[in-house]
Amino acid sequence: MISIIDYKAGNLASVSNALERMGVNFQVTYDTTKLDNSDAIIFPGVGHAQSAMHALDERNLIDWLKTTKKPVLGICLGMQLLYESSEEGNTEGLGIIHGRLRKFDDKAVKVPHLGWNDFAELSDHPITAGLGTHSMMYYVHSYYAPVNESTLAYCHYEIPFASVVAKDNFWGVQFHPEKSGHNGEILLKNYIELIQKLK
Amino acid sequence: MLSNRIIPCLDIKNGRTVKGINFEGLRDAGDPVELAKRYSIEGADELVFLDITATNERRKTLIDLVEKISKVINIPFTVGGGIGSVDEISNLLKAGADKVSLNSSIIKNPDLITQASDRFGSQCIVAAIDAKRTGENWSVFTKAGTENTGLDALKWAIEVGKRGAGEILLTSMDKDGTKSGFDIELLKIISENVPVPLIASGGAGTIEHCIDAIKFGKANAVLAASIFHFKEIEIPALKNAMKNNGISVRLT
Repeated sequence: MISIIDYKAGNLASVSNALERMGVNFQVTYDTTKLDNSDAIIFPGVGHAQSAMHALDERNLIDWLKTTKKPVLGICLGMQLLYESSEEGNTEGLGIIHGRLRKFDDKAVKVPHLGWNDFAELSDHPITAGLGTHSMMYYVHSYYAPVNESTLAYCHYEIPFASVVAKDNFWGVQFHPEKSGHNGEILLKNYIELIQKLK
Repeated sequence: MLSNRIIPCLDIKNGRTVKGINFEGLRDAGDPVELAKRYSIEGADELVFLDITATNERRKTLIDLVEKISKVINIPFTVGGGIGSVDEISNLLKAGADKVSLNSSIIKNPDLITQASDRFGSQCIVAAIDAKRTGENWSVFTKAGTENTGLDALKWAIEVGKRGAGEILLTSMDKDGTKSGFDIELLKIISENVPVPLIASGGAGTIEHCIDAIKFGKANAVLAASIFHFKEIEIPALKNAMKNNGISVRLT
């Protein structure tokens, strides 16, 4: 069973629908007992980093996320919250991945970074199997994560930024796989296969 | 590289797709879910659904439709048409819409952009602007282009961006329905002065028009309805032509 974390900053319908289309068994919950009994977690997120951290706090999910050993896939803001901090509202994140989120410079490019983009570089990893640098994904975000030791793939918009990341039992994608057509489905399928092996 | 988007627009009435034939009337054009599926297979990058239903029952029908669409479509879609409150936005997003397009409601109440983007994030708030040339400048019109609000289109576009709109859907009321090409000057002045992504709308008739909107109008996306509905332009052919003109596109 996969659990989609239910908190106010999640785009739950899109992620649920994507899993449903793939025939994956899932539940939407914020009950930590249920989360502990899941095989893996999907941690979605849209909106403002600060409001999202507040929403996690209200549901007592911050410590759970920081300490869980379950596989977790953060999507969009869900990925961004894995980092130490964000310029957005000067928010402290979960601190699982090293680094701070910064805002794209709207004097240099249109902000948000919105639309389909490919990868500048993509490492060989089970979560990106079947995808190449030309594989386009759908992005919409104004803040970006730095490219560092946790980056598996990066994208380019004004500057290079982290697109697929991994650290221990945490994975994250800046784009929306649930909205990225066939390529997004490949990535979600890779995550499902990855957690089957980890079981 | 970020690609430029092609966005088919579907007009919805009572849960069905309708196609306007000049100003004579509307013809039923089938099930929006089926049409959406077709467009997404053909390579549309996003979809826009514009609800033109005028009855009291409209909201429920629209929510039902959004739920159905989001179950089958794996690309982003925007819903617009008479959306006037934070609650309505919330219901549409919960039903599975990725973005909502706001038009006349934000002219009456610009705070709605601020409230909605604070609550749901800029990424799901599209400000739709209907502009018509008035002398040297462009004015914002409402009520299908019949009422001049007195707002300057450029100033209004800057304001909606500042208030938190994540994208602007700019329709030239002079060009809409003419198939004579986009208002390139209008697109260019807005795109160069407003730091949020710009969708060009109104006037698409040929592949060259779409290329010009991006190359010269500096738009980030092109929206059109009839040229796609009536298959005057096929999406793959359009994207290939754009690519051959040095425009970054997503080929599926």
